[in-house]
Amino acid sequence: MKYTLNLNGQSRTVDVPADTPMLWVLRDHLDLPGTKFGCGVGQCGACTIHLNGVPTRACMTPVSTVGRMKVTTIEGLAASATALHPLQQAWTELDVAQCGYCQAGQIMTAAALLKDNPKPTDDDIDGAMAGNLCRCATYQRIREGIKRAAVIAGTKEAAK
Amino acid sequence: MNTPTLSSPVNRRDFLKLTGLAGGGLALAFYIRSGSDASAATAPADFTPNAFIRITPSGAVTIVSKQPEMGQGVKTSLPMIIAEQLEVPWEGITIEQADFNEKLYGNQSAGGSRSTPNNYDNFHLVGATARTMLVAAAAQTWGVPASECRAEKATVVHTSGKKLGYGQLVAKAASLPVPAKESVMLKDPKNYTLLGRRIAQIDTPKIVTGQPLFGIDMKLPGMLYAVYEKCPAFGGKVVSANLDLIKTLPGVKDAFILEGNGKVKELVPGVAIVADSTWSALSARKQLKVTWDEGKVVNESWDTFVAEARAKAAQPGQRVLRKDGDADAALAAAAKTVTAEYVYPFISHANLEPQNTTAHWHDGVMEIWSPTQIPSIGTGMVNRVLGIAPEKIKLHLNRAGGGFGRRIGADYLIEAAAIAMKVNAPVKLTWTREDDLKHDQYRPGGLHFLKGGVDAAGKVVAWKNHFFTFGEGGAPGSGGALSGDEFPGRWIANYQAEQTMFETGWPMGPWRAPGSCVFAWVIHSFIDELAHAAGRDPLELRLELLGTRDEMPAGSSGAAKGKQGGGYNVARMRNVLKFTAEKAGWGKKKFAKGSGAGIAFHFSHSGYFAQIAEVTVSREGRLKVDRFITGGDIGAQIINPSGAENQVEGSVIDGLGVLLTQELNIERGRVVQSNFNDYPLIRITDAPAKIETYFLKTDYPTTGLGEPALPAVAPAICNAIFAATGKRVRQMPLTRTDLRWT
Repeated sequence: MKYTLNLNGQSRTVDVPADTPMLWVLRDHLDLPGTKFGCGVGQCGACTIHLNGVPTRACMTPVSTVGRMKVTTIEGLAASATALHPLQQAWTELDVAQCGYCQAGQIMTAAALLKDNPKPTDDDIDGAMAGNLCRCATYQRIREGIKRAAVIAGTKEAAK
Repeated sequence: MNTPTLSSPVNRRDFLKLTGLAGGGLALAFYIRSGSDASAATAPADFTPNAFIRITPSGAVTIVSKQPEMGQGVKTSLPMIIAEQLEVPWEGITIEQADFNEKLYGNQSAGGSRSTPNNYDNFHLVGATARTMLVAAAAQTWGVPASECRAEKATVVHTSGKKLGYGQLVAKAASLPVPAKESVMLKDPKNYTLLGRRIAQIDTPKIVTGQPLFGIDMKLPGMLYAVYEKCPAFGGKVVSANLDLIKTLPGVKDAFILEGNGKVKELVPGVAIVADSTWSALSARKQLKVTWDEGKVVNESWDTFVAEARAKAAQPGQRVLRKDGDADAALAAAAKTVTAEYVYPFISHANLEPQNTTAHWHDGVMEIWSPTQIPSIGTGMVNRVLGIAPEKIKLHLNRAGGGFGRRIGADYLIEAAAIAMKVNAPVKLTWTREDDLKHDQYRPGGLHFLKGGVDAAGKVVAWKNHFFTFGEGGAPGSGGALSGDEFPGRWIANYQAEQTMFETGWPMGPWRAPGSCVFAWVIHSFIDELAHAAGRDPLELRLELLGTRDEMPAGSSGAAKGKQGGGYNVARMRNVLKFTAEKAGWGKKKFAKGSGAGIAFHFSHSGYFAQIAEVTVSREGRLKVDRFITGGDIGAQIINPSGAENQVEGSVIDGLGVLLTQELNIERGRVVQSNFNDYPLIRITDAPAKIETYFLKTDYPTTGLGEPALPAVAPAICNAIFAATGKRVRQMPLTRTDLRWT
């Protein structure tokens, strides 16, 4: 089946079986491996993407259910290569990652949190991020990273 | 002159001389590029004084990182050493991951927290030698003595103010002989500008933007995708499979049986499905029907072994690990005794990146891309099992999405290579999460039946342990061997440790701080029991137990220095224990009922660590770690404080996570759990509110951090739980202990 996706602001067409999860469409067919395979059952959050801005598990989302929804992946989160998202800046500043495998999913979940809640508390952060596993256990820095990103975004907002 | 060892302090001046002269380990000459080994990417005009440094005439600096990177940070921290001595600014240099080539680079294994100590001195010399040559090239160009020149920021500067950039010096430097290492001056540590700075991991830009980086991200032209189904029972063989049907399914290119080589940690028998995409392969696998010969492993279940251990606990063990004095007599004469059973289950590594490897059998060469910790194990297995000559095996090292010891095993690598031999294209093997949990090389579980005694003065006078472990091939599995010399063996006059081993067909492998990661929990929980039985402060009793001697010589077990049971620098342990207690304010805080502090320490992987937990347990029995303090002594230099603290913070949360929930049930020779729904890992909601990390810098050689901050975490927390609630945790995970209190 052919599907035309609204992906990271571009129109992309794939020819895959209808039940193919977005995870594998992105990784195998569209050369966007930033969305990671961790569990395949929606437990780890490594495959988090946005569908119309809502954080969604790509491993549980058949391509046939996406339609014309706006799909954003980690590769499309930044406005441009030189204008990283505040979370990407904060992750770099604070050296959040260890192995880094889960971090794209962490950042995608956090991006949706910050959109809804520009100044989250520790409890807000824990609540929003509880679906994303980090096996290296960088949770301390993930909390700090989100708070730092909120400051970066706030400063940018104030400068406008 | 002696080479510095873990037990002999070196002052900084000696350290400079020693590393310059003796170097320890590999000599620089070993690293010199020979014509045939030189990378094809190296233009003849470049300056490549050794395998690790490349400077182009335009001044572009590349440092090659030879160690596998799995999140421990060596692709950043080790090149920092070279950059420091080379005098090049960190910003702007390129770090390149080396392929596997131990003839060129020396040992490339990343395990046992050895990457830093194995390379530290030599990498100083590597950078300093190249800098010396660049300075000599400038001096010759100007016709001045080299002593009038110095290097800074990729430039050589003469006392007159003249300057030449490294790029301008490349041609001349490349023509100079490599100086003898005796003539190479290392920088004085007080002049370091890079070591000790917080540096973000070099791959961060790729990590945060999702660029391909990990083994699982591999894509080659014409590549096919494979999955591999193994018998749920360990080592089971394939009798038959519905291959004819599978081969007709959409996208499937081939399906076949691999016999395996009869070893449960090498090429395990199974059915390979090769398809045009991962999803095609996974979809076909849902229709795969295999008849297995499960073998005799079906007679082996965890619960049966536990029952047998309990039945045999009072009998003599199969082996005496250590016997000093007369523990039975001392127990009989003790003022107070404590008897306890400690038990911990098998657990999985659960790297978040499922195991994977890409392999391409072409032109008589097996070319492999793999996230592996010890590449030589994989290539050795390919050679042995598939009969491919070593020079026909080419291995590229991918960043690994977590190591924790799992990727010391090369079972997934050999599977991919064996599949590739039957496929006329590059092929990527991807394990599912279920494959990973059911076919790990597990941390062995164990049971300890302990008896301890204190005298009227509250001094520990007797210690007896009957340890039950699990073996494969006649020896305990990796991490399942307790050294008789493990603390407090050697410290207590009447000490007896015995072992009984259950032989199994279960695959076991090193799990972050093997052995230490469980023994420290047992030992420091039981020491705490003795302290409370004696009515003594747990810190004070520990200091008394360590005693006043500065050095405990290695015991008869032959354990290597830096390993459990090896030479133990008691002074370092004592100092770090006091240092940590002071940072935490031990004994100064008043805790309300339900809250409390616990302490533990451990020496492993050349690192001396003490840890203190402050916890609150709700009346409903829910644990919260309010504050966790770590003090560590890993020698003279914290190379990258950001990476170092990250390793400790991760170790603390990892240790807590294991304690909270991790448990595998093994029934009839197979793992019951299948994914993160029934094998939960710690989530952000359970991470401590506050983690503090302090390093006690000493004049000892710099050592690694992947492991030594983990072992004392769980006992510190369990001892705090006891202080808070009076409940002693003697089983892992914590879900097995009712922590409710009134």
